[in-house]
Amino acid sequence: MSVPVEVTINGRAYSGEVEPRQLLVHFIRENAGLTGTKVGCDTSQCGTCTVQLDGAIAKSCTVLTVQASGSSVTTIEGLSNGVDLHPLQEAFWNKHGLQCGFCTPGMIMASAELLKNNPSPSREEIRHALEGNICRCTGYQNIVSAVEEAAGAMGGS
Amino acid sequence: MFPSQFTYHRAASVAEAVQLLGSNEGAKLLAGGHSLLPMMKLRVASPPTLVDIGHIADLKGVSADGDGVRIGALTTHAEIAGSALVQERAPVLAEAASRVGDPAVRNRGTIGGNVSHADPQSDLPTVLTALGATINATGPGGDRSIAAADFFTGLLENALEDNEVLTSVSVPGVASGAGTAYVKFSHPASRYSVVGAAAVVSLSGGTCSSATVVVGGVESTPTRASSVEAALAGSATGGDALAAAASAVSGDFGGDPVGDVFASNEYRQAMAAVYVRRALEAAVARAG
Ligand SMILES: Cc1cc2nc3c(=O)[nH]c(=O)nc-3n(C[C@H](O)[C@H](O)[C@H](O)COP(=O)(O)OP(=O)(O)OC[C@H]3O[C@@H](n4cnc5c(N)ncnc54)[C@H](O)[C@@H]3O)c2cc1C
Ligand code: FES
Ligand code: FES
Repeated sequence: MSVPVEVTINGRAYSGEVEPRQLLVHFIRENAGLTGTKVGCDTSQCGTCTVQLDGAIAKSCTVLTVQASGSSVTTIEGLSNGVDLHPLQEAFWNKHGLQCGFCTPGMIMASAELLKNNPSPSREEIRHALEGNICRCTGYQNIVSAVEEAAGAMGGS
Repeated sequence: MFPSQFTYHRAASVAEAVQLLGSNEGAKLLAGGHSLLPMMKLRVASPPTLVDIGHIADLKGVSADGDGVRIGALTTHAEIAGSALVQERAPVLAEAASRVGDPAVRNRGTIGGNVSHADPQSDLPTVLTALGATINATGPGGDRSIAAADFFTGLLENALEDNEVLTSVSVPGVASGAGTAYVKFSHPASRYSVVGAAAVVSLSGGTCSSATVVVGGVESTPTRASSVEAALAGSATGGDALAAAASAVSGDFGGDPVGDVFASNEYRQAMAAVYVRRALEAAVARAG
């Protein structure tokens, strides 16, 4: 039943034989060993599994690996170079944009897409862009502040 | 959660997809997967074969079509919301697409999948019915077109045959000067619409000359609010007149009711009057 797949993750090609029903998030975590991407709800609502798929964010619990074969994925591990923090990572740290940290990779991936499309978002626009990401700890205020700070650091205001 | 086992085919063309549907009993098309995969993970659906049409380039994109637009089945909500052509010729469709789910859902979900899924909580069926859109499909016998008003036949049921592929949606241009609006009550977690209302309103000499109003989320298929439309004909356009017309919507629900633990049917009906009023206010404000 297994079929061959090849997915480029953070610039590196990963190939394997997977069942068609395997979800992309499991290929990322188990085949590629990149465990920054989390499974929270597993019902397409919480956004902890958010990655970039061919340049646009997707919930990797709601994509089959076979659908993504031939595509490029960027995960939280690939957002920066592995040594320096990305301005969003720095800002989440500075502004206490996380407590347990479980939602953070997804929050940062969704925020990165927002800042790419809208470098100077209002607090309202930040909230709107993060509608698909649920946090059970922070109450969101500091997440919004972190994205605002990162926007400033990245040249927006 | 894993779906149960299935065989996977990636179709390179619409013709190949039609052929694969015909040769695999019980096969289902896979577009963005944002309705089908959640159902398969919950084992509500367990198709033995998936035919992935997600990589067929011909099915993507928006083009001008007379004074309206033709939207390929694989065009995503994000692409529809961001399309200058849709914003200009069918702004209410761009408005509805921009309110679907959340950004990640809008990047993956397609108009063809959204319409085919025929979910009463979806936004596009309500808007496409109000705009008088046409659904275009291809099957073994060739191409055919189905009016949106005839396409939605029941809860998660549509007028397509098992081996037909929805290829595009044709949306006519809106009458010049008409104001359009779509408003929704979003479910707080999923953002699906609990109740949605679409309105197309034309004014003449300070009164309402004609209106089309459609409500989603109360019945298994979009509800044409004929009583509201009748109350609006020749009506004043102030807040009280619009509220009175909107309250007539209670007379339009006689079909198959929808309700769940979050929102009973009674509550949805009550909210329909509120959201129809808001849609009318917004459409009147935009009419010229
Ligand atoms: C968390 C979440 C929130 C959402 N919120 C909303 C919302 O607020 N409003 C809303 O409208 N939608 C919402 N959706 C649904 C989403 O918008 C998708 O558009 C929709 O699920 C279907 O599109 P798809 O491309 O993903 O279809 P798929 O899941 O791939 O397919 C759905 C069904 O349609 C069939 N199908 C697909 N393409 C075709 C075709 N071309 N021809 C014939 N049959 C076809 C499939 O076989 C399947 O039965 C939400 C989804 C999620 C996961
Ligand atoms: S795990 Fe994918 S959205 Fe929650
Ligand atoms: S920090 Fe714990 S879920 Fe967001």
